[in-house]
This record gives sequence, C-alpha cells and structure tokens, in this order.
Amino acid sequence: MKSLEITRRQFLKTTGALVVSFNLLSPARKAVAQFATLPSGDIDPTSLDSWLAITPDGLVTFYTSKVELGTGTITALAQIVAEELDVPFDKIKMDSGDTSRTIEQGSTVGSRTIERAGPQIRQAAAAARQELLKRAANQLNAPIEKLTVANGVVSVAGQGSKKISYGQLIGGKKFNTRITATGTGWDMKVAPEVKAKNPKDYKVVGKAVNRTDLPAKVTGEHDYIHNVRLPGMLHGRVVRPPVINTEPLEIDQDSVRGIPGVVMIVREGKFVGVVAKTEWAAIKAAQALKVTWTKPTSKVPATPDEMYKYLRSTKPVRSQKAIDKGDVAGSLSKSKKIYQASYRWPFQMHGMIGPSCSIADVKGDKATIWSGSQGPFRTRGTVASLLKIPEQNVRVIYHEASGSYGRMSTDDGAEDAALLSRAVGAPVRVQWSRHDEHGWEPKGPAQLDEAKAAVESDGRLLAWDFADYSQPWTASGSTPLLASRQLGLTPKNPGGSNGTQSGGEIYSVANQKIVAELINWHFPEPIPLRTSNLRAPGDVARCFASEGFLDEIAADLKIDALEIRLKNLTGNQRAIECLQAAAEKANWQKRPSPAPAGSGNIAQGRGIALTQRARTYVAAVAEVEVNNSTGEVAVKRIVCSHDCGLMINPDGVKNQVEGNIIQGVSRALYEEVTYDGNGVTSLDWGTYPILRFPDVPELEIVLINRPEMQPLGAGEGATIPPAAAIANAIFDAVGARLREGPFTAKRVLAAMQKKV
Amino acid sequence: MPKISLRVNGKARVVDTESDVPLLYVLRNDLELNGPKFGCGMAQCGACTVLMDGNAIRSCVTPVGAVQDKPITTLEGLGTTQKLHKIQQAFVDEQAAQCGYCINGMIMTTKALLDKAPKPTDMEIKRALDGNLCRCGTHIRILRAVKRASGQKV
Repeated sequence: MKSLEITRRQFLKTTGALVVSFNLLSPARKAVAQFATLPSGDIDPTSLDSWLAITPDGLVTFYTSKVELGTGTITALAQIVAEELDVPFDKIKMDSGDTSRTIEQGSTVGSRTIERAGPQIRQAAAAARQELLKRAANQLNAPIEKLTVANGVVSVAGQGSKKISYGQLIGGKKFNTRITATGTGWDMKVAPEVKAKNPKDYKVVGKAVNRTDLPAKVTGEHDYIHNVRLPGMLHGRVVRPPVINTEPLEIDQDSVRGIPGVVMIVREGKFVGVVAKTEWAAIKAAQALKVTWTKPTSKVPATPDEMYKYLRSTKPVRSQKAIDKGDVAGSLSKSKKIYQASYRWPFQMHGMIGPSCSIADVKGDKATIWSGSQGPFRTRGTVASLLKIPEQNVRVIYHEASGSYGRMSTDDGAEDAALLSRAVGAPVRVQWSRHDEHGWEPKGPAQLDEAKAAVESDGRLLAWDFADYSQPWTASGSTPLLASRQLGLTPKNPGGSNGTQSGGEIYSVANQKIVAELINWHFPEPIPLRTSNLRAPGDVARCFASEGFLDEIAADLKIDALEIRLKNLTGNQRAIECLQAAAEKANWQKRPSPAPAGSGNIAQGRGIALTQRARTYVAAVAEVEVNNSTGEVAVKRIVCSHDCGLMINPDGVKNQVEGNIIQGVSRALYEEVTYDGNGVTSLDWGTYPILRFPDVPELEIVLINRPEMQPLGAGEGATIPPAAAIANAIFDAVGARLREGPFTAKRVLAAMQKKV
Repeated sequence: MPKISLRVNGKARVVDTESDVPLLYVLRNDLELNGPKFGCGMAQCGACTVLMDGNAIRSCVTPVGAVQDKPITTLEGLGTTQKLHKIQQAFVDEQAAQCGYCINGMIMTTKALLDKAPKPTDMEIKRALDGNLCRCGTHIRILRAVKRASGQKV
C-alpha cells in the first residue's frame, strides 16, 4: 500500500523547520523541499527556492508543473537544468505536476513545453548558478570571473585545490534569493535579467540521452496513476447514459443486490455511479445496474453526409482569420481558370490504450486528486467548480497516465472520482471501461475544408482562399466536463478553437485568405460526440486538404509536386530546407503526377507534403502501393524531415517524430469514429481499428538541428503531413484523388471508379 | 470467499477471491503486481499480457479460477531496474517506449516468442505482436528491441 503524501506546506507547519526531508512515493524522488508561498497558498515563482532545492550530496530537485506524458519532455527539461547548473545529468530529479509544490507553468499541451517552459526552467537554473557562484566567490575568496563549474563543483581557475561543491554551498539550505517572474502560465517570464549559458558551450543539451522514465516502464516499477493505492480506498465505476442529455428515471437497486462488496449506488443530478470494495465488484455492479433513462431530447447528425452538411450550412459562432491579405475575391474573379475542391475529415479519437483513471479523496471542503491530467492546475479548477469549494482546497498530484495526445487536457475521471469519494466519504479510484473511453472521450472534431485558387501557368499561386469548418472543443480548458455537465454546470462559451494552421499559410501568396469557421456544436447542450484537442488539433485535416489541393493544381499543370511547392515558398528558408531535405532523402525524381501506369495489379506512387506547427517545420514523402482491384493501400515508407530549432535530446525528438508519423499514418488509413443519431458507435478497438505491427511502414527521419535557434516542440508536428503525403501518393499511383479520410480500400476503390 | 492458490513468478500465493474474477485484477489489486495493465477488458489490446505455462495470455479475460496452480509469469518475474532481463535491457537500449503503457504486453509477448523461436524473422516478430496495440507509435523501436533481444543484428 502506498501511503498518503504530505504536502510541503503541511510538513513545514508541523515541523516548523525551514528545511525538511520527506519521502515521496518512490525513493528516487526523495528530496529536500524548500519553497515560498504566495498569499493564495500557491508557490511563489519569484523565490528561487520555489524552483529548485539541492541536497548536501549535490542532488538537485527541480520543481515543475509540466508533466511527462510519454513524450520524453521531462528528460529534456532535466537536460536543460543539468546544462545550466553544470551538474551531471543523473543528479537531476524532476518533481513534477503536484499543485501543492509546483509553479503553474501552463498545461502540457500544444507542443509548447520545450518552447515555453524550457526558457523558464533554463533561466531559473541560471539564476541558481549565478547565486551559487556569488556565494562560492565569497567562500573561496576569489573573483566570480575566475570561477568555473564542473560536475556541481566550483573551482578557481588555475588553482585546482580551491574548490567547493554546490552541496557544500547550499546543501539542505534555502537560497532566500528573489528572482523576477512576470506573467502567468506558459507566458511567464522568469529571471530575464540573468544571463544563461551561450548555446555554443552546451555539453548536455543537444546530446542524445536515455530517457529517465524508461527503465521503470519496462519492469512494471513505473509509478502510473493506475497503480496508486490508498489505505481504505474503494473502487468506483460510472454508469453513463446512452446519450448525455438524458437523465435517470429510475434506478433499480435490486439489480446489484447479488453482487458482494457493493458499498453504494450514487446518483447526483444525471450522474450515476457505483462504489464497491473491490474493482471487480464495481465493474460487475456498473454492468448490472438497471437504470431507466429518459428519451434523448435531441439527435446528432446520423451520418457523415448529414454531419458535413451541418458544418457547411450552419452559421459559424466564430470566424478566425489566419491570414487575410490582398484581394482574394478580385483576383479569383479576374482569373480564367479557378481551381476549387472540398475535403472531409472524420471525427477521430485520442484512443488512450489505458482508459481514464483517477483517485479522489474528498474530506469536507478539501479534496486530494491523484490524476494523469495534462494540466494539474486545470484539474484543480474543474474539480473545485464541481465540488463548489475554493480552488486552494484542492490538491492535484500528478502520476503519469497512458499516453493521451490531448485527451487528458480534459480530466473527466477526476470529476467522477471526486463525486463518488464525496458521496461515500472514502478515497475512491475510478477507471473507465474501454466502452466508456471510446464512447465518451472527447473526439477530434470532424472538419470540412473548402479551397479555391487561381494560379499562373508556371504554378505560382495568384490567389488562395481556404476555409475550414469544424466544431469548437466542447470539452476543453476550464469548460465543465462530463460529470459537471451531468450535475447541471453549463459552459460559458461554445468552446475552444480547433486551430487555424496548415491551411496553406506556409506559402507566400499575394492574395491569400485562410479562415477557420467554428460551427456551434450543441452549445450549451452536452451531447455524446464531445470534442476536444486531438494532437496537432485540426492540422491533420487542414494539411490533407491544402496540400492535397496544391497537388491537384500541380497535377493539372503537369508540374512536379516538389517544384510547385518550392515555387511558392518565397523567402521561407526553413520551409525550403525542410522540404528539400525530405525530397533528397527520398531520392525524389522530378516528374508530374500521376506516375506512368505500370502493368501489374499493384500500383506504386509517391507523394509529398509540408507543414509548420508552432514554428516547427515538417515535411514528409510517402511511398505507397495501391491494389488496383481492391483499392487497398499499403504505406511502404515515410521519409520525414523535421526542424524544431535547437534539439535538446535528438533521440527524444526522433522517438517523437517516429511516433507522430505512425499515429499520422494510422489516422490516415484506418481511423474514423462512427455514430448514429444518438451517439458514438465505435466502442472498442474492433470498431475503431488503429495501425498494427504488420502494417508499419519503413521510416527514414532527417533531423535538422539549428543550434542558433531556440528549441521548439516536437510533440505534434510530424503527425500532420503523413495523411496529405499518403493521399498525394495514392493519386500518384492510381490517378484517383482522395478528398475524404481515412483512405480505406472502399474509399480508394470508389475514387478510382469515379476517375474512370 | 474461496481461497485460490496461484503460482506467480515462482512463488506460491493464496488469495481470497471469487473464481470468476479476471486474473488481471487479482495480480494488480491483490498481489500488487503493476506490470500487467488494464487496457480493454476484451483481449483486444494486449496491455494485460502475462505468461501461463510459457504462453502469452490475456489476463483481463482469464478467470483466476482457471489458472490455479499453473505457473504464471508477470513482467515483474523477468527483471528489475537494478537487474534488467535481456529483453527489458534491449527495450532500454533501443529506447523502445514512450508512455510505456503497452510495453508490458510487448515484452511478455516477446518473451513467449523468443522462448519458442530464439531467432525470429522480421515477419515472425510482426505477426507475434499483431495483437498488441501501441498508440504512441513506438513500433519501429519495439521491433528493433525484439531483434536485439534475440541477439540478431538490428
């Protein structure tokens, strides 16, 4: 059994000591905790002690609200700390995601951790180094300029014997040093007055290191959220309705009477759950509980055709202009020939392999939540709203969940566990069933993209008009989540934006308009096809549309697909180099598409696509084989070039790029959430297939390092271009244009027949 | 409640549990073995894989009553971070995990494979892992790790 953790604050109060040692869940996380708090009780970012602590033996614990989602970001952040402090990498421990002892640096989302939290952490570490050098100068009676640091030991240049370690300087003591910190979340600017290392001197940053989390992950010792066990903990399961806007008319308590260990049936508003002594009893009770639900009060469009019609015919609640320059309408009207096409992309799932799991212990007006949330502070807020208690009374303790790709931005499980714990008066662990996770996870929205263009005969774009129609995220940020909505909390706005990038803005066009239209999605009425941020939100569909459209134009003009892109990338050097790197690695041969028809039943094709997300550039070349008689597509190889500025951990970047590509290929070939008028019908891995081992393509990655640039994110970008590159490769192979994903055999065959 | 006798990772264990409870919940909740994971409860994803008599089985759909006195091996039965099993070492060497939630199934399925076919071909490896889902897309590295664990050139 794991024991309850003690907050830094509580511990200090009880011991009255300035410096305390305490045991966290694992010995590896043993640390010295020193901190300063704001009047609110939150950790004060202007105190150096809030960021890090150093033990007498030189172990550095660095506190961050950023969390490891399986992307390796915590390893990279630890490299930044090690680099700035000149401490060996294995002496850095990252203590992550506990709202009672970390500074809110924003949720771990949107490829922004390395880009935004990286500099915050670098500057805090640099401030600590500066302070340590100041103290060392005093102790060693030498000017600061003469001091050097290696392996956490400060020495005087030329005088090997004059040295002192960080442990000796500060070990177990507080810095009591103020630094500046302005702004909040990922916009916080930390200690800009401190000069950090020159990247030319980097020894740890930029070197491939093994991820710190992997050894425990391959042995079962890793501290996943699913493994948290508390004394007296009960197990809960939620009984979800067939659709959300129904309520329980009647609950038949007798239906679970034969199941030993059932402790309580909980109903609050429209929320129904069971609590039992064992997990299996909770599962059986949730399955057996007979609930009569009211009839749904509304329907969702029952087919993709109805859905796309809805997207196109409904007035947007918000129009976001990514670009609006020149005179697009005028330019199009003057052109002899206008290209025009529309593209459709289905709802897709995050598809966590381990479903939502959370543990809550609600006592009176205080709550402790153990959660795999991508935003522990966000979860703190939503749970506080749900329980109607002050935010400061909620402590969220992060433990890594299954990889979530945006899904854990919306921490539904925490709300479920909180309600059940409050009802039963004991800690409750909730884990969703596969059926519930597939059915109720918020999906990446469906998208309809319409493009128009006018082009010079040499392929230079004269006018580009691109419109993306999709739903806002009904579950995102601080919007009330599933259980909250079942209790009657209503959202204050239609929801977050599904992004605006990858609509062709990478190309330089004199007359260019790119708009993302958000179509109201049952606001404020909650429905089963909830929506939220799915990895590289909206970009996969927009890239598929815009890069497919450009390919259509190139094919019509009989221009090589690489050439038409290079023609329109005026002055964008990173984009040009990225595209060329992929083409070169793929041995791209200049010719128009489609490829000359071969004689066999298997047609081969190649396609290229380019994108940019959060200033990271990615290009992909796909090589496919299409079966002429069945329409079946095999992706044989993806060549991908990736430029995320200065790379912190090149092997970590590569791992991310590979994963993104595989997920992108899976989304392109197989993934489509099915639904009827009442809700989701893809409720398991049989009805929502994803890519499996026999279908894994060969991958070739070109990592472009830019030491002169700031580091940028690698968590999403490479998910984006595979779908576009594959669609373009299918066209190259068989001359049939895919304007809707995923590229199932049926859809490809239909496109091939339409062509003829 | 009936007492069920198990042999897990070479040790005799007795648990008080109904015999219809899937082995996964007994391993995780009664024996606190966290290697096997709950993924689907329907034998679709492989996260819960353990070995019974050396064969990879899905513990999420195997009633505990059906495995009494049969040798069960979980991920914990292979190695620890202090002393990694060669398959685990190969996964670390290839950095073959991201979130790691599926990795239990990958390693246990690999163990069953290599015990029967010490030098599997690429296609044999892919077929063996066909029923194991990875959502992070670590497939290429996992394939390399299996190859490495079998002592073949990666």
